[in-house]
Amino acid sequence: MKVLVIVRQVPDSTTNIKIRPDKQDIDRAGVKMVVNPFDEFAIEQAVQLREKRQDVTGVTALIVGPAAAGEALRTALAVGCDDGLHLQDPAFDALDELQLAALIATVVKGGGYDLILIGKQEIDLDSGQLGPALAELLDLPHVGAVVKFELAADGKSFVARRRIEGAEEVVQVNLPALVTADKGLCEMRYPSLPNLMKAKKKPVKVMKAADVPGWPAIAGHLGGTKLHTFQPPPERPPGKLLDGEPDQAAKELVRLLREEAKVI
Amino acid sequence: MATSLESSPTMTNDILIFAEQRNDKLHPAALQIVTPAKALAAKTGGQVVACVIGDTVDAAVGAIDRAGVQAIVTVRDAALANYSALRYRTALAAVIAKRQPRVVLLPATFMGRDLAPRVAARTQAGLATDVVELKIGEDGALDVRRPVYNGKAFCHVAFPKDRLAIASVRPNTFPAASGPGGAPRENLPYAATPGDERINIQEVARAGGEIKDVTEADVIVSGGRALKNEDNFRLLFELAKELDAAVGASRAACDAGYQPHSRQVGLTGKTVTPVLYIACGISGAIQHLAGMRGSKVIVAINTDKEAPIFKLADYGIVGDLFKVVPALTAEVRRLKG
Ligand SMILES: Cc1cc2nc3c(=O)[nH]c(=O)nc-3n(C[C@H](O)[C@H](O)[C@H](O)COP(=O)(O)OP(=O)(O)OC[C@H]3O[C@@H](n4cnc5c(N)ncnc54)[C@H](O)[C@@H]3O)c2cc1C
Ligand SMILES: Nc1ncnc2c1ncn2[C@@H]1O[C@H](COP(=O)(O)O)[C@@H](O)[C@H]1O
Repeated sequence: MKVLVIVRQVPDSTTNIKIRPDKQDIDRAGVKMVVNPFDEFAIEQAVQLREKRQDVTGVTALIVGPAAAGEALRTALAVGCDDGLHLQDPAFDALDELQLAALIATVVKGGGYDLILIGKQEIDLDSGQLGPALAELLDLPHVGAVVKFELAADGKSFVARRRIEGAEEVVQVNLPALVTADKGLCEMRYPSLPNLMKAKKKPVKVMKAADVPGWPAIAGHLGGTKLHTFQPPPERPPGKLLDGEPDQAAKELVRLLREEAKVI
Repeated sequence: MATSLESSPTMTNDILIFAEQRNDKLHPAALQIVTPAKALAAKTGGQVVACVIGDTVDAAVGAIDRAGVQAIVTVRDAALANYSALRYRTALAAVIAKRQPRVVLLPATFMGRDLAPRVAARTQAGLATDVVELKIGEDGALDVRRPVYNGKAFCHVAFPKDRLAIASVRPNTFPAASGPGGAPRENLPYAATPGDERINIQEVARAGGEIKDVTEADVIVSGGRALKNEDNFRLLFELAKELDAAVGASRAACDAGYQPHSRQVGLTGKTVTPVLYIACGISGAIQHLAGMRGSKVIVAINTDKEAPIFKLADYGIVGDLFKVVPALTAEVRRLKG
């Protein structure tokens, strides 16, 4: 059984977001890039399957991005993925999520992957489109926002628990399939220094636009949204601090919530 | 004045909304997305058409009718009783093929966010997630605004002109729509795509029993590490009961086992946009704010007046939650009589 993990590189969650003067993007200078936290859960799940199961014969990590994104790929390899696939071409920078899904679908089609794992969403654009869209384009079933994953003993199907509003769904799906990982699935181990060194020797295949069959037509027939006019969030008016004894402060707060904010 | 936007020969000027239901209960966000749909339709000169997918959906259809939509298309089938990404994408794509809308809106709920990308890929549309503002731009194409970088910025998304535009709309952003009702109804058969049966739902388990989920509640009482143990969360549940609220928690509280991860609010937890968010003993780490900064009114209760949560809060009490929270509960209870 072959497993594919899709990895994305995003600004660290503590990044102070500054908007470029032309407002067409954020200012990326000096921004620390990390593996997307939801993709970390997917990587760890894939590696655990590789370690525990004889029938899982390989885990490939795929990333789309500039040369610097190779660092995220190396983290995935250091955690235990076997090899990497790096789609690296300036032409890929302008793709929206659906077009990225079309690109990835073209590259992995026929690759014999039985299970594709990816984080539920990216923490930069928070769109969550790539997983389900990729599944659609590969004609695979997908299970989104999975918090528990169990592969059947025969390796032909799995049972997953997924989060929905106020409830959890238990879903059984035959492979091949795509799963998007949510918090709770598993925490990614810290890659040790020796493993980071070893990861440098693991094979990473780089693909350019010219290596992608059907490029650029494959991305031309769907998506095509463009981000523009970035803005800081609206300023919140300064808050009111309530003093006094707990009883008094509580009374005053309830009064303000009823009479001023009108929310209770 | 209606702007003529015909681009594809078959595309209408209609706005289709996905009226999400479970167990014949319409999701409140479905009524909310009719509001921007009406505004867009006024501009395009088209109609607002609602789509209801499920098995027994009479109550949901009645509820969306009272939002003042102009037509209702149902796809009813026993196979659609539970949400399945594959079956629902087939059904929604069939409605889109039949009605040829210009724009499709879904609520940005678990279901809407799961379904929209599949449908967009299938119908070769453009898609934006979790939008908070929508307009038809000068070129006649949809242009939306949405939060990015966990609410630390906003951006606009411009759609290509000649393609179906799909957007999921952030819950609690627009008021629920209402209208006269009596919209004409049409039912389309569910024509399964081969392979639609590949997702087999075995069980839908309500988490937390009677207690509301944070993503469904208008009011959330949330607790952090300061609660010290699971037992103390009882104080928050008591206040939540008086306010008909859900109980949330920080990651520190969930990681420590005080509450299940299903209640975690934040970057790696749930994103919530309630009318009122009461943070008790939560410092306000950037990853926590990521999940709740879209709340309309924020209250913070914290012993440390330097806690970052106070920078975001509309109302703050510098004090011990173990004293303040019971006092709040008592005061709300007293006023309710
Ligand atoms: C990749 C990543 C993802 C993350 N995702 C999330 C996420 O989804 N959600 C999340 O919440 N966090 C997340 N975190 C963790 C986050 O950084 C913080 O560690 C966490 O939010 C802290 O939780 P807390 O506020 O409960 O605890 P603390 O930061 O310890 O704050 C406790 C607060 O309680 C106050 N206090 C103590 N006693 C009392 C009292 N008696 N009365 C009133 N106040 C009192 C203290 O003054 C303090 O401000 C994430 C971190 C990372 C790196
Ligand atoms: N801003 C941050 N950046 C990196 N790691 C963090 C950050 N905040 C918390 N952590 C770590 O995340 C883990 C969980 O943190 P907490 O939620 O505070 O219990 C701990 O190992 C923290 O040290």
